[in-house]
Amino acid sequence: MTPPAPALSLRDVDMRFGATSILRGVSLDVARGERHAIIGPNGAGKSTLFNLISGRFSPTKGSIRLDGAEIAGERPYAINRRGLARSFQVTHLFARMSVYENLRCAVLWSRGYRYCFWRNVAALADVREAAETALERIGLAARRHVAAGVLTYAEQRALEIGITIAGGARVILLDEPTAGMSRQEADHAVALIRSVAQGRTLLMVEHDMSVVFGLADRISVLVYGQVIATDTPARIHDNAAVQAAYLGTSDA
Amino acid sequence: MSAKGWLLPATIAALAVLPHLPGLNADFGRSLLTQMVIAAVFALSFNMLFGQTGLLSFGHAVYFGLGGYAAIHLMRAINGGLPVPMLLVPVAGAAGGLLAGALLGALTTRKAGTIFALISLGVGELVYAATFMLPGWFGGEEGITASRTRTAFAAGPALDSQLAVYYAVAAWALVAALLMHAFTRTPAGRMCNAVRDNPERAEFVGYSARRVRLVAFAAAGLFAGLAGGLHAINYEIVGADAVSAQRSGTVLIMAYIGGAAYFAGPVLGAIAITWLQSGLSGYTSAWLLYLGVFFIAMILWAPDGLAGLLVRHRPIVRTRAFRRVLATYAAALVPLAVMLAGAVVAVEMSYRLSTQPELGPRLRVLGVAVDASSAWPWLAAALALVGGFLAFRATWPGVTSAWARASGEADPARP
Amino acid sequence: MLELVTVSLLNGVVYGLLLFMLSSGLTLIFSMMGVLNFAHASVFMVGAYLAYQFSRWVGFWPALAIAPLACGLAGAAIERFGLRRVHAHGHVAEILFTFGLAYVIEELVTMAWGRNAVSNNVPAAVDFPLFTVFGSTFPAYKGLMMAISVAMFAFLFVALKKTRIGLVIQAALTHPRMVSALGHDVPGVFVLVFAVGSALAGLAGVIGGFMLLTQPTLAHAIGPIVFVVVVVGGLGSLSGALIASMLIGILQTFAVAVDYSLLDALRAGGVVVARGSPWHELLGVKLATAAPIVPYLLLVLMLIVRPRGLLGTRDA
Repeated sequence: MTPPAPALSLRDVDMRFGATSILRGVSLDVARGERHAIIGPNGAGKSTLFNLISGRFSPTKGSIRLDGAEIAGERPYAINRRGLARSFQVTHLFARMSVYENLRCAVLWSRGYRYCFWRNVAALADVREAAETALERIGLAARRHVAAGVLTYAEQRALEIGITIAGGARVILLDEPTAGMSRQEADHAVALIRSVAQGRTLLMVEHDMSVVFGLADRISVLVYGQVIATDTPARIHDNAAVQAAYLGTSDA
Repeated sequence: MSAKGWLLPATIAALAVLPHLPGLNADFGRSLLTQMVIAAVFALSFNMLFGQTGLLSFGHAVYFGLGGYAAIHLMRAINGGLPVPMLLVPVAGAAGGLLAGALLGALTTRKAGTIFALISLGVGELVYAATFMLPGWFGGEEGITASRTRTAFAAGPALDSQLAVYYAVAAWALVAALLMHAFTRTPAGRMCNAVRDNPERAEFVGYSARRVRLVAFAAAGLFAGLAGGLHAINYEIVGADAVSAQRSGTVLIMAYIGGAAYFAGPVLGAIAITWLQSGLSGYTSAWLLYLGVFFIAMILWAPDGLAGLLVRHRPIVRTRAFRRVLATYAAALVPLAVMLAGAVVAVEMSYRLSTQPELGPRLRVLGVAVDASSAWPWLAAALALVGGFLAFRATWPGVTSAWARASGEADPARP
Repeated sequence: MLELVTVSLLNGVVYGLLLFMLSSGLTLIFSMMGVLNFAHASVFMVGAYLAYQFSRWVGFWPALAIAPLACGLAGAAIERFGLRRVHAHGHVAEILFTFGLAYVIEELVTMAWGRNAVSNNVPAAVDFPLFTVFGSTFPAYKGLMMAISVAMFAFLFVALKKTRIGLVIQAALTHPRMVSALGHDVPGVFVLVFAVGSALAGLAGVIGGFMLLTQPTLAHAIGPIVFVVVVVGGLGSLSGALIASMLIGILQTFAVAVDYSLLDALRAGGVVVARGSPWHELLGVKLATAAPIVPYLLLVLMLIVRPRGLLGTRDA
C-alpha cells in the first residue's frame, strides 16, 4: 500500500534576495499528523522558510506542495484557504480589536462568510461557537473584551496561537511560539501547543531545545540555508554534524 | 456602549423637533439643519474608509458629486415626465456613487497608505477637471439644474418647502446611518477593521486585503453618492464644486475633528464644521483661517477628536472631583478667550486691509468698532494675545491636578 | 511643424524642470522623514511672495538669497514646533497636519497680500533674451531656472547618496532609535532636513513666482501635479522625480498645442461617431482642452501598469 501523500512537501527550494542566497536546495517532507520541528542557528533561514511556505514570499526556485497541490508563489490568503495557517515570531495581531474579535476574524473565512455585508456577525452561531472554543483553549476567556494591543506579552503569544488555529487549518506553522517567555510561561505554551496539535500537522521553528525535544516527532536542522539532517530527536541529538554546527558537544 | 438603548429614539426625536425650535424655525435655520444632516451622511461615508478601514482619501467628494449628478439627471427626467417618485431620487445618487466607487475602487485600492492617499488626490483632480470638459453631462461652470417639485407623478408629500425637504433628507439620512452602522457589524465590516489594524495578518487568515478595501470603497461610495443625491434635492443644482478638492478636504476635516475612532464622531464634526462654515462665513472673511487653525489644534492636542474628548471624560463624570475639573476649565477659559480675542482682532484687521481695502480701515470686530489704520487696536490685540497666552498657560497646572484628583477617584471597574 | 515641436519641447523642458525643483524638496523630505508634506507647495508659494516683496525692497539678487533662507527658517520652525509633536501619532497624523497647514498658509498669505495676484513681474536683471529659436526668444530667467534646477539635482543626489549625513538620515528614517542610540541627534536631523527641503521649495518659488501667477491659489494649482510627479517617479526616488517631471512637463506642453480630438482621429481612420451618441461629447474633447488632466491620466496609467512608479524604491 502506498503511504499517504505528505501534508507538506518541499523540493529543492531556493530563495535569493538579490545576490544573497538564503536557502539552498531545501527538501523536506512533513507527514500528516506529524509534529516536525526546525532548528538551527540564527540566520539559517528558518523564518524565510516559513515565509515561503505561507506565501509571504515566492521561492526563487523549487516546489512546495500542500496535500499534493502546488502552492509555491501563491498569495497568503490563497494558501490559507487551502488549510494552512501560521503564527508569527513578532506578535502580529489586530491591535485595536478585542481578543474575542481577533479570534472571530480568524474564523470568518473558514466558515464560508467571505465578504458578506448583509448579516450581523453576532448572529452567526457557527462563528460564535468556533471563536468561543478557541478562546477557551488558549485560556483567555476572562480577557475576551480586552484590546489585543494592551495584553501582556504571554497573553499576546497565546492569542497569536489562537488566531492560527481558530480557523481550523489542518497544517499549522508556529514561528518560535515560546520566544521571550519565562520557564513557566513556556511550559504553559507547550501544553497548549500539544493540545492544539492533536489531529493536525504541526511544523514549528524553535530555539528552546527542551521544548523541541519534548514536542517533536522529527527534527530538521537548518544551517546556512541547507538542511543538514532530518531525523528523530534522539538521533539528531547524537548526530555529530548537528552537534558541531549547532548543539555543541556538551550535554544538552 | 451602554448608551445604545436611548440613542436611537433620542436622535429621531431630536431630528423631528429641531426645525421647530426658536432660532431654527425659519427657512434659514431649516436650511442649515438640512446641510448639517447631508454633511453628516457624507462624513459617515468617509469614515467607512478612514476610521474603519484605515484608508485616507483626499478625493471622496468624487463619489458625492457623481452621485449628485446622477440624481440631478434623474430629477430632470422626472421633470420631463418620468413616473418615478421624487423621494426615490437619492437612490439614483446611491447607485451613481456605488458604480463610481466600484469602478474607481478597482483601480485605486491596489495600494494602501500614502500611495492610496495620493492616488485619491489625483483621481479627484482628474474628475474635477473632467466636469469642465464634458458640459453635456456635467453642465460646465453653471452645473446642472432641476426642479424638485415639478413632477406629474404625485407620490408622497411634495417637497415644496424647506421644512418638507428637511424631513425627507432627515429620513433618508437616518436610514443611511443605520445601514452604515449595521455594516460595521457584518463580516465585511469586521474584516475592514482587521485590514485597518493589520492588513498582512488579515491575508494570513484567508482574506485578500485588497478585496476587503474594494468592498469598503464601494460601500463608502454608495453612501457618499446618497449624500450627493440629498444635496441635489436640497439645492436643485449640482455643479463642479460637488466634486471639488475643497469638498473632499472639508469632509476629511469633519470626520477627523469629530473623531474617526468612534462611529458617531464624524456626525459631531459635520455639525460643528457646517455651523462654522455657514455661521462664521457671514461674519468674517477669515473663517477658513480659523477652520485651518482649529483643525491643526485638534491634530496637535486632541487627535481623537471631539468624540474622543467627550469619551475621555466618561470615567470621571461621576466622581466628586469632577466639579473641580469643571471649575478649572472655567478658569482656563477666561484667559483663553482673551488670547483668542486678541488674535481675532489682529486677523480681522489684516484681512480688511489686504482683501477689502476699498471699504476703509474702520470695521467692527466682536462687536467693537476699531480703526485698523491706528496703532492702538494693534497694540491692544498684541497685548491680549501675549498676556492671554501667559495667563492661559498659568492655568494648566490647575487643570492637570484636578484631573489627577478625579482620575484617582474614578472607579476603574466602570469603563 | 519643426518649429512647433522645438518650441514646445523647449517650453516643456522648462516647465518640467520647474516641476522638478518643486518635487525635489518634497522627495527629500519624504525619503528622509517619511512625511508627505502637503504644505510643500505652500512654502513654494510663500517663496514667490517673499521674492516679490524683497525684490521691491532690496532688489532681485538679494531677494534670491533671502527668500529661500526665510523659507528654510520657516520649515525649521514648522518641524520643531509643530510636526515634532505629531511624529508619535504616525504618518496619517503627519499628513493631516501638513494638510491643515496648507490651508492656514494660504489664508495667511491672503491676509498679508490680499486675494488678487500681485504683479510679480520678471525682474529686469534677468529679462533679456538668451538666444532666439525660430523667431521666439528664450529669456535669460528661464536659463537661470534651468541652471538652478540642475544644480538642485546635483546637490541632492550627492547629499543623499554620498555624504555621511545623508546615510545617517536615511538610517534614521527606518531605525530612529538605533541611530539615536549611536549618538546622532535624530530630532535635530529632522529639523535640518525639513529646513533644507523648505528652502529648496522657497528657491523654486522665487523663480516660479514670476513664471506663474503669484496669487493665494498658486499652491493649490500646482500642488497636486507635484504629488503626481512624485508618485509617477516613484516615492523616494530623486532620479524618478526628475524623469517624471520632464515627462509630465513635455507631455502637457505638447498636449496644449494639439488641437485634435479622438473624434478627429477616428474620422481620419474612417470611423464616424453619430452626433447624438453619448460618446460624441467624450471623444470630441480636444487634446488642448484636456491638457490639464494629462498628469492625472498619467497617474492612473502608472497605477494600472506599475504601481511602484518608474524608479520607486519603497512602498508607502
